[in-house]
Amino acid sequence: MGNNKDQLLRDIGIVGFVLTDLSLYLDTHPFDRNAMEYFNHYNRIKHQMEKEFSMKYFPLTINMAESNKEWRWGMAPLPWEGECG
Amino acid sequence: MWNYEKRLEFPVNIKEPNAKLAQVIISQYGGPDGEMGASMRYLSQRYSMPDRNVAGLLTDIGTEELAHLEMVATIVHQLTRNLSMEEIEKSGFAPYYVDHTVGVWPQAASGFPFTAAQFQVTGDPVTDLTEDLAAEQKARTTYDNILRLIKEPDVCEPIKFLRAREIVHFQRFGEALRMTQDKLDGKNFYAFNPAFDRCKDCDDKPDCGCNN
Repeated sequence: MGNNKDQLLRDIGIVGFVLTDLSLYLDTHPFDRNAMEYFNHYNRIKHQMEKEFSMKYFPLTINMAESNKEWRWGMAPLPWEGECG
Repeated sequence: MWNYEKRLEFPVNIKEPNAKLAQVIISQYGGPDGEMGASMRYLSQRYSMPDRNVAGLLTDIGTEELAHLEMVATIVHQLTRNLSMEEIEKSGFAPYYVDHTVGVWPQAASGFPFTAAQFQVTGDPVTDLTEDLAAEQKARTTYDNILRLIKEPDVCEPIKFLRAREIVHFQRFGEALRMTQDKLDGKNFYAFNPAFDRCKDCDDKPDCGCNN
């Protein structure tokens, strides 16, 4: 279980990085259609992965933090804790 | 406004505390070419950019610098948590410890506190973008200097990632400077400050590139 969680978080990090880098590229190449297609594709994948991660583990963003019994956003681990914390 | 993601831009998982490394790496938190200065510089300069795409780029790079600030803080935090008193005394960490325990405070490696005097906002787009190009190279040099001081792979990997991002940002700022100059007078980019002056062509050419 622990491994699946770390693997999914790693994958979200990889796709997230693709989007960060692409968004800067698109800021200076606003008419590059191939880059936009690439962006749209990975943006959808990231959204899907974040939804899955939020349902199984904890919300990574506030818009995935809907809660009933306990405030899931507040209970979530913080990124600086690290795996060995 | 901003949204927060509860993850780092690049993973940081440091196993062994090491106060010596923390003392040099903290310079990229609050030092003269660190991530705090970088993010504040770009997020403050963006208001006087006449080109909307360039102002957007400064917003996005300034935002990524905040993610880098968090990575550097995480490295410092993980290098200093679980330090023994003996390690604090042996590693020369005592002067920092006496003021901040093992909290993360923005300072240069020399102990000099973070200050806005480390960057400029001139309100002149060509000048500010030229400073941004230099800022990315200065940060890259600092990361190169840090990499000569460390061998530990769990510290090196995130530092190498941050170093590579400086080079990408430099590339994007070069494009942003060109985009800004493309809308200025090609014979004299310095004829007027497009964020302040009213240019000669304003009245007969609405697309003259100035802000008025």
